[in-house]
Formats: sequence, C-alpha cells, structure tokens
Amino acid sequence: MTGKKILFSLFFALFIVPFSAIAAESSHSNDSTVSEDNTKSEIKAYINHHLEDSYDFSIWHAAGLEFPLPIILIDEGLHVFSSSKFHHGETVAESNGKYYKIHNNKIYRTDAEGTITMGEYYHPTQVKPLNFSITKNVASIIIFGLIIFLLFRSFAKSYKKGPIPNKIGRFLEPLVIFVRDEIAIPNIGKKHYRKFMGYLLTVFFFIWFLNLGGMTPFGIGVTNNIAVTFCLAIITFIITTFSGNKNYWGHIFWMPGVPVPMKIILAPIELLGIFIKPFALMIRLFANMTAGHVVMMSLIGLLYVFTNWFARGAFLGLTLFLSIIELLVAFLQAYIFTMLTALYFGGAVAEHDDHH
Amino acid sequence: MEKLLDKFEIGLFFWQTFLFLVLLFLLRKYAWKPILNSVINREESIREGLESAEKAKEQMRQLKEDNKVLLAEARMEREQIVKEAREAKDKMISEAKDKAKEEGAKMIEAAKAAIQAERNAAVNELKSQVAELSIEIAEKIIKSEVSSDAKQQEIISAAMKNANLN
Repeated sequence: MTGKKILFSLFFALFIVPFSAIAAESSHSNDSTVSEDNTKSEIKAYINHHLEDSYDFSIWHAAGLEFPLPIILIDEGLHVFSSSKFHHGETVAESNGKYYKIHNNKIYRTDAEGTITMGEYYHPTQVKPLNFSITKNVASIIIFGLIIFLLFRSFAKSYKKGPIPNKIGRFLEPLVIFVRDEIAIPNIGKKHYRKFMGYLLTVFFFIWFLNLGGMTPFGIGVTNNIAVTFCLAIITFIITTFSGNKNYWGHIFWMPGVPVPMKIILAPIELLGIFIKPFALMIRLFANMTAGHVVMMSLIGLLYVFTNWFARGAFLGLTLFLSIIELLVAFLQAYIFTMLTALYFGGAVAEHDDHH
Repeated sequence: MEKLLDKFEIGLFFWQTFLFLVLLFLLRKYAWKPILNSVINREESIREGLESAEKAKEQMRQLKEDNKVLLAEARMEREQIVKEAREAKDKMISEAKDKAKEEGAKMIEAAKAAIQAERNAAVNELKSQVAELSIEIAEKIIKSEVSSDAKQQEIISAAMKNANLN
C-alpha cells in the first residue's frame, strides 16, 4: 500500500469510526427513554474513559473487539495474570492467594469480597501494589514503537540500493531533513548537532506518531498522559544537564556581564530555570493533547445532546474542522517539543557569550 | 496539581522510559545513522557535482576564450603569410624582370659585338677577295694584253679606273 492510500484510510477512519463507536456506546441506553441529564453524564463518563488508561485494549467495545492485556503487580512477590480476570473492573481478581480490585482505574489489594474502605478525600485505604501492568497505553507505545522502527528501518535500508529512498522514505526523508535543518542546526549549531540528532529525531517522530495515534478511533491517548510527557521531559533534562559545558554552568551560577549583587540574585532564578524548562515541556504537551481530546470528544458528545438536525449538522462540521486543526496540533506539538529540546541542548553546548 | 499527581502512574512511566530508551537505541543504530549518513553523502555528492559542473563550465569558457585568441592569432598569421608571399612574389617578379632586362641588354650588346665582328670579318674577306680578284684580273689582263704595250697601258688604266671601289 502506498503512503497516500495509508493516509487516506487514516483520514477515513479518523472521521467515520468515532461516530459509530460513540453511537454504539450510547445506543444501548438510547432505546429506552433517556433524559438529557443521563446523556450528559454518559458523555462525561465517555470522555473520562477515553482520556484514561485502561487494562484492556478495546477497539470497539460494543462490537466485542477487545483484547485482555497482562497485569503485572509487585506485591510481596510478582503477580502476573490476564486482565480478563477483572471483567472490566467489575469483579475481584485472585492471584497467588491475594485479591485485587480496580477502583478509579487503579488496582488495590482487597479481600475476597472486594470491599474497599474509603479514607480521607475518598482515597481508599487499601494497599496499592506496585503496578507494572501492560496497560492499553503501554501496548500502544509498543505498537507504535514497532511501527516507527519498522518504517524507518525499511527507509534506512532502501538507501543501500541507491541515493534515492523508497516510497515511505520519500515521505519521511523531508521530515528527517526538516528536523535537522530547521530544528537541530539553527538551535544547536553545526558543530555539535550530530550527537543530539538521534534523540531529537526519535522524540519528534515518537510524539508525532503517538499524537496521530491519539486521533484514531482506537483512542490511544498516550501523549495526553502525564507519565509519558514526564518521561520525555526528564530525558531532555538529563541530556541537557550532562552535556552542559563550563559556559552553560557559568551562565547559571555566575552570570557574566552583570554586577555582583545581580549575579547573586540571578543564580537561584537560573537554577530554578533548569527545572522549570523541562517541567514546562512536560505540561505543554500533556495539556495540549488533553485539551484537544476533551474538545473533540465534547463536540462529538454534543451531537447526541442536541436533537435539532440543524445543530447536529453544525456540530458535525465543527468536529470535522477541529479534527483537521488537531492534525495540525499533533504535528505542531511534536515540533515545539523537539524545537525547545534542541534549544536547551543548544544552550548547554554553546561556547561563546553571543546569546543574550 | 494533586489530581495530576494522582494520575501519574509509576508503571506507565517505567514502561514508557524503558520502551522509549529501547526505541531510541534501536533507531539510532539501525535508522538514524544510515539515514543521516546517506543524506549527508548524497548532499555532498550533489555539492561536488554542482561544483565540478561549475568548474567544467569555467573551463569551457576559458577554452572558448583561448580558441578565440588562437583563431585571431591564426588569422593574423595567415594575413602575415599572405602578405609576405605577395611581397615575395612581387619582389621575385621585379627581380626576374630586372634580370631579364639586364640579360637582354647583355645579349643585344653581345649580338651587336658579334655583328660588328662578322661585318669586319666580311669586309676584310671582301677586301682580300677583291685583292685576289684584282690580281686575277691583273693576271688575265697581263696575259692578254701583254703583247702590246699600248693595249697593256689601256687595260691597266681602265682597270685602275674600275678598281677604285673602296
């Protein structure tokens, strides 16, 4: 299949399937007489469900297209079992003599009856085992990681036949060159950019592909998860810190070119800045993707709130329009994350006092 | 913030970090390195190709200029040669003419001298023949007229009258 066809089918899937999915989801309650409030709370639950991670891979809940995923818990020993034991969180799962139950999407150790006692602020008092389960998000990361790797591997291999890459390569190569020429070189400089290219390219395509994955009807919202963006931000932070040269640290602890009292004032600010920068990276990506999903899902939800066909048509148009905007945002956020990462790397390896 | 922390899953973080690092390592080794190297090599070869094309163009221009100069030189040389040849021809012709004239004059001179000599010789021979003839006549006269003195006298005077030729 050519890249064009893949793109087209992706678009198709993007616009058609979410509606059918949500229609199926709400249809079982729609046949009976449902009040408007019911629909609203249903939509809210649906959005929350969409944003949250889950323990089984559900492509189309109503059609039964669901796959259980492995649960891995560390609780006085290793517990590995299939998520089908929970029956979508409705029952208690037993493993090696211990009982577990899902509450608010988290796994708690309970007794055989699955009683959960609430403490302060509705936080359960039960023991929370270390949860290393292969959740839907983890599975998505594995799938997309494989897709990215295989795509770029075949692209890289095609160079063996000649200087012109294969069909996938002809689409991806300009993006690779874009990352190099528009992100890495202007921000890091020609001298040092080579050693950061691997991370910049990986982070760019990882975020972009997963953002796009989040827009598919499978609801793989990985980049709208704080743990994922935190991981990316902390890697950026570690690389920046370890590649920082004398000049970089000099600018943080003893800012050149300003009077001594200012140096003393600036040092803690700059030191704080080291942590704020990756923190902002983390929040920006997380918030943008989450907001995008909430808006998209709300608009789709609104289609079911209104009974007026004119309003429905308007919201359908708006949803389509926002889908296209979200496609742009998916790329833009990957670009911004990579760009700022490159900027921080550039600051860490800069050699002259020519940037203020 | 608290909600955010509540949403933070250590398990997901662990897997994300692990998988991302694995992906980073694999892509670096099997994708980015060959891709970037190929791209850089290709760009290098394109740059070199352009440079060599530019150089060839420059060489071509130089060659054309050289050709022009050479052509002009050749033309000038040809003109020079033609001019020289013409001059040589003219000189040769005039020289030949001079020589011919000289030769002619010499020949005429020689002919004149020869004619003069021949004439002199002819005159001399004539003189001697006349002398012989006179002697023969004289002999004959003497033979026939010797008998009478009067006759002899008459003959001699008549002969003398006729002999006044020269």
